[in-house]
Order: sequence, then structure tokens, then C-alpha cells
Amino acid sequence: MRTVVLAKYVPDATADRRFDPADHTTVRDDIESRLSELDEYAVEQAVRLSEQSGGEVLVVLMGPGGAADAALRALQMGATAAVHVRDAALRGTDAAGTALVLAAAVGRAGGADLVLTGMASTDAGTGLVPAMVAHRLGLPFVGYVDELDVAGGTATGARETEAFRERFEVALPAVVAVTDHINEPRYPSFKAIMAAKKKPVEVIALTDLGIAPDEVGFAGARTAVESALRRPARSSGEVVKDDGDGGARMVAYLVDNRLI
Amino acid sequence: MSEVLVLAQRDGDEIRRATAETVALARAFGPPALVVAGPWNDGVARSAAAAGPEKVYALSGLPDDSVSALAVAESLADLAARSVAVLLPSTREGKEVAAHLAARLESGVVTDAVRLEPDAEGRPVATQSVFAGTFTVRSRVTRGVPVVTVKPGAAEPGPATEPVVVPLAATPSPVATAVRVLDRSVRPKGDRPQLTEAEIVVSGGRGTAGDFSAVEALADALGAAVGASRAAVDSGWYPHAYQVGQTGVTVSPQVYLACGISGAIQHLAGMQTAKTIVAVNKDPEAPIMAVADFAVVGDLHAVLPKATEEIVARRR
Repeated sequence: MRTVVLAKYVPDATADRRFDPADHTTVRDDIESRLSELDEYAVEQAVRLSEQSGGEVLVVLMGPGGAADAALRALQMGATAAVHVRDAALRGTDAAGTALVLAAAVGRAGGADLVLTGMASTDAGTGLVPAMVAHRLGLPFVGYVDELDVAGGTATGARETEAFRERFEVALPAVVAVTDHINEPRYPSFKAIMAAKKKPVEVIALTDLGIAPDEVGFAGARTAVESALRRPARSSGEVVKDDGDGGARMVAYLVDNRLI
Repeated sequence: MSEVLVLAQRDGDEIRRATAETVALARAFGPPALVVAGPWNDGVARSAAAAGPEKVYALSGLPDDSVSALAVAESLADLAARSVAVLLPSTREGKEVAAHLAARLESGVVTDAVRLEPDAEGRPVATQSVFAGTFTVRSRVTRGVPVVTVKPGAAEPGPATEPVVVPLAATPSPVATAVRVLDRSVRPKGDRPQLTEAEIVVSGGRGTAGDFSAVEALADALGAAVGASRAAVDSGWYPHAYQVGQTGVTVSPQVYLACGISGAIQHLAGMQTAKTIVAVNKDPEAPIMAVADFAVVGDLHAVLPKATEEIVARRR
């Protein structure tokens, strides 16, 4: 079986994430960045499935030079190889353009039995890309999956929305987006970290995918950010130590401020 | 005048309050037409009219034994192409329909709008809260029919109407019925307010040590919803549906009470836009203390029952 994991390189959630004041893109320089935490669950699930029943795990991502670190992390976790789409024209690409590029990269890599993704990125967090990739590839899509098994060319599992939980099955190939409840991603061992250094990472550009620069980036985007303003930081207010009256003082605060 | 499609969020035969809010928002752009997917009966009809649309599309014929978001999107594609905008709930299902629909319309999508206003030309501009609530972003769809998912609390619902009801039959493609549902369990409707719509939310975390009774008692005394941190959910102490944070539910209540929750960035992402934050935590250095308007340093198992008692006493 061949599994392709679609991943994203994002600013760390604990870093000082901010927007470029000129074009409202996410600032990438001098910000600690990483493989999106939510994509680690997809990588982990792909590696577990390959450990159970064999097959390879290809990681596909697009992003600036630093995204090589995210690819490396996935390889350390057990992925077989990576494809990194890197092109200056990608700056400003939105969800639709991302789906176009990732789907094309999956096609160029020879397709997949299973395409796995995280449920959303941890920066923009729209959660739109997985279903859009499925549309581009003409494949069935299952989102918000927290249990997944593959046997005999069929994926079975469970998914959950706010309203219900359901068990499903789908004949492969298919695109599946997994949540952070599906597994516990591994920390790579020293041996795995060393082995990853020898794994292939192919860096490709838009021309390799037959995508014109104006189909992506700002030119191809179907959405635009008009302004991005930092909210005033929340500051800490009154702090009281509980000496038996903490509960009463808390209620007094709520009442005095007409909150209850 | 072209209509604005609004996809209803159903809870059995009830249309949720958030839908009525979105219908009210939609009026700024054109006459709202509410799409109600699933079984149609008098109860749904009443609830749909109460949401205030000019027209209702009653979408039937969705395959019950397959994942439905794509089938809904396919059924709406033609109508959506003739609309001025499509507004959907910012739920998991709503976002899936939005993605499938926008892919077909070749439209842009803006997700998680907390406000939606017309610009000088009457086109929708959305306000979003991003990067764990540290930035406010205004964005718009620049290509195709705008598709926007809207969060609860974006507007006040308008008055009920007497909408025209137009039946709509789903004709799902083979790819839309490819994912077979083997069984489905609908979440039981609790007695407490909905987490995303509640004025007050009381959440418990690691500090509960698995005992949510004090959290629930305080929530009930306040008429509040109950939430949980990821740590509490991962420990199996509270159901996943109640998880507040980046990968769970985002809430924006008048008051958020964080009890025994340290306040990791992933949790703050789900509640930092609350008007007032109150924290109860044994650790005075916990990150939640830095964002709390009022904080009690103490054991929630001691503090919360006293607070509950005090509220009950004040009501007498």
C-alpha cells in the first residue's frame, strides 16, 4: 500500500506569531516553525499502517526553505520519502491554491492508495484543504476521523462531528483527514533520527507540476486579507488566595461586575 | 434580487439559534433562503420559520447510509452559483460542505467569521479571530460566489417569518455515496446550554483529577455550559464533544470560568475571546493566571462548592 501524507510547515503556536504588515502573509523569518502538530497524527497513523501491513509513506508539503525541517521530522517519525514543493510564486497562496498544488504533487508522485492529512493546520486552521484535495483528485473524502484501519483495499474507521459519531467504510483510494484523538505521535528515536538523514527528499517547483505561477500565490488566491491587527494583550486582573473565602469572593466579583 | 443561501444547523427537529443569527446577518446582502437538509415535518417547518428566512429549501433524499457533506454540497451547487453569497455554520460539517461547495463553484471560502458586514459595494467582509485570539483579521472572498462559515454570536436573530417552502431533491454522485456509514449515534441533547451558544461556560481540566461534579454543580447554579480541557478529555474524564481549544470547540462567552486548567496556548485558542475570564488554580504561575480578569489561587474542589453555595444563597 502507498500512503501519501499531506503536511504543512507552520509557525510554532507558542512563538510570537504575526502577520507581515505589507501583504498580510504569516511572518516566517526569525519565528520558530515546525511540522504542524495536527499533521503529526496523520504521519503517525500512516507509519503505523505501513508497519502493520507494509508499504511506503510519502510526505508531500509545500512551503519555504525552512519547510525542509518539517519534512525531516516526518521522515524521522518513519515516513519513507518526502516531496517538498518550493517556489517563490507560492507566497500568498490560499486554501484553494494549496489544494491545487498538493493534488498535483500527489499525481506526479504516481498517486496513492490512501491520502492522509491532519484535520486542519495549526496556523490558518481553515480545515478546508483536505476536502478540496479530494475534489481535485476525484476521490471520496472522510474528515474528522479518530479511528482508522485498512485491510483488503478498504478503510474502516470512526469519525465524530458536533452532532454525531459514525462508523464508516470506504473502498480505497480515498482522502482521509484525522483528528488529534486518533493516536499518540511518537518521539523519534536516535536511530530513527540518524536513519532519516539518508531518506530521499525531492525539492520540486511549480513547473514540475505544470502549474502556472498565476494559478497560485496572490494572483491565484480566491480570498484576500484586508487587515490584520494585533489585539491588545489580555492582562491579569485581581488575584486572591483562597483562605476559605475564595469561592465567595469569586461570586462577589461576578455580581459586582454584573456578570451574573 | 439574488438570494443569500444559509445552511441550517439542525438539532433533531430544532433549528439552532446560531442559524437564526446567520439568517439575520444574511439580510445585509439579500433575501435569506434557508436550506434545511434532512427529514421535513411540521416541527422543522415551525423552527425554520422562527429563524426568519424569506424562503426555505427543504432538501430531502440525502443518503442516510453515507457521509453527507458532499451530497449536500452537490445538491446546492446550482442554487449557490445563482446566489450572492452562501453562509454556513462554522461546525465540522458546515466547513466540510463549504470546502466541497467552493471547490465546485471555484469560489473562495472564509471560515470562522465572528462578524460579517457589507463593504461600500455591498459585498461581504468577514472578521476573524486568529492565532489563538491574538489577532483580528478582516478578509473577503475575491473570486466566485462568496462562501463564508459563521460562528455563533455574530448577530441577533430577527423576527419569525412565513417563508415559502421549496422542496429540493438530492441527487448524490457516486463519489458522494462512496463513504458508507455503518452506524451512527446521535449525541443526546443535554439539559445544559450549548457550549458554543452559552453566556457562561464553566470548564474543568487536569485539576479536577477526574471529578467534574464541582464543575457541573457550579455550571448548573449559573445556568452555564460545561467545557473541558484537552488534558481532561484525553484522560477520559469528559466527552470529546466538550473539549474547548484549538482542536475542539471555540467559545466566546460573556464569562469563562477555567477551573484547574493551566491555560496552554491550545486551550487559550479556544476561549481567549471571552469577555471575562475567571480562573481557579492551585498554581499561581499557571499561564491562565496571566489572562484571567479574576483569579483564585486554590483547590477547585474547595473553591467551587463554596461559590455554588454562595450563588444559591444569593438567589434566595
